[in-house]
Amino acid sequence: MPSEKKDNIFSRFKKLSIDSIPKTILVAITLCLFCSMLVSLAAVKLKSIQLANQIRDKQKNVLQVAGLYSDGINVEKTFASFEPRIVDIESGLFTDKFNPITFNDLKAASDPLLSVSLKDDPASIGRRSNYVTVYLLKNNDGTIDKLILPIHGYGLWSTLYGFVALEEDTNKIFGLQFYQHAETPGLGAEVDNPKWKAQWKGKKLRNKDGDLMIQVSKTPGPSEYHIDAIAGATLTSNGVNNLVRFWIGEAGFKKFLTNFKNGTT
Amino acid sequence: MSQTRKSLLTDPLVDNNPIALQVLGICSALAVTSSLKVAFVMALAVIVVTGFSSFFISLLRNYIPTSIRIIVQMTIIASLVIVVDQLLKAYAYEISKTLSVFVGLIITNCIVMGRAEAFAMKNTPIDSFIDGIGNGLGYGLLLMCVGVVRELFGAGSLFGIVILNPVGDGGWYVPNGLLLLPPSAFFIIGFLIWGLRVWKKSQVEDPEFKIQTVEDH
Repeated sequence: MPSEKKDNIFSRFKKLSIDSIPKTILVAITLCLFCSMLVSLAAVKLKSIQLANQIRDKQKNVLQVAGLYSDGINVEKTFASFEPRIVDIESGLFTDKFNPITFNDLKAASDPLLSVSLKDDPASIGRRSNYVTVYLLKNNDGTIDKLILPIHGYGLWSTLYGFVALEEDTNKIFGLQFYQHAETPGLGAEVDNPKWKAQWKGKKLRNKDGDLMIQVSKTPGPSEYHIDAIAGATLTSNGVNNLVRFWIGEAGFKKFLTNFKNGTT
Repeated sequence: MSQTRKSLLTDPLVDNNPIALQVLGICSALAVTSSLKVAFVMALAVIVVTGFSSFFISLLRNYIPTSIRIIVQMTIIASLVIVVDQLLKAYAYEISKTLSVFVGLIITNCIVMGRAEAFAMKNTPIDSFIDGIGNGLGYGLLLMCVGVVRELFGAGSLFGIVILNPVGDGGWYVPNGLLLLPPSAFFIIGFLIWGLRVWKKSQVEDPEFKIQTVEDH
């Protein structure tokens, strides 16, 4: 606040009551400037720690879906055994256009140059990125042990982000896990329930003719392909069904999985 | 003076509880009490925000023009909430993931705003700070009470530690799913208020209407 008495305008300003318009504006501007600086300072200073948390959380979820996670392990060290690769969904091939370490799947999904707008959109995601990061877990002899694909789609309240782990022939599910969602606790959020997740293990995606068979539903189906829906969470279960079928299907990883199986990636 | 300051801190716990007596801050009490861990962090966040927002608002109270005082209060509260949210994301990532939406909603928590407007605008910074902490504690206490009931009978655990082994994991306890849904907090808070008013008769409000007896003809 101005304090010089010699200046006429300033001394007149000082004498104004706190409720006068000039002082009100001054208080408002000062407060806004101060608060915005405080908030930006907090955001900028803490950003690196927050990003590290997010990356570690994602790595942890990759480990969990591959069944390698237990409490207290060194996430980064264990994660080093995974090889991240970028897949071009249109061609179904690996691409070296981007560095998998720094590639951001979420950013790519909203970048018009790297993604396509979906007309037929069962997973309600609006746009699908053409490039996604997948993770390969190799055996010691170089053969593929597990393939981990990112999946996401809309449930009841929120977009669910997760991973599905496929075993060697890429038709058998090893595990499925969501790392980010905001479904109803106790109902939709039961997608995190270990007992429900355990159902996915060993299920097949397609039958011999290559038809997409995997299904989450309330009505019983062939046990090889059927996942029981979560009781009291019909919409979340439908969402999971749609998003899994979308990502495994034609518009998703189908081409890549076929190439991968034939060794032509 | 120390006596009044002590009462500033302890009064809101039982005698003048912001949820039970003033019935403020109900929305977040419904949302975050299905698990104790989340309720605990939420309570801490509200205590910090109420304390410091009251402190800063009281510090500035002589410079806040009356015409924009509510907005000024909101700005200060919102800034503090964002800082708390950023801190949680950096240092308590797991919890911030479940809590993040609700942390943002502390801004709209009537308790914070209520204390700023009713107390901090008229009292010294230290008193306001203590009053804010006290009210945050009162909120937290009720949150924990509700959380204990909801998590214990809704999921069979406390702070994630299994107490009543639920049927789903091969135990004997059939969890009450209703308790995990937000409306159950209404019942629990209702019962708590009832219990509190049976214990402390002075909290019972006078009836607003009295049915008059019609004179006999």
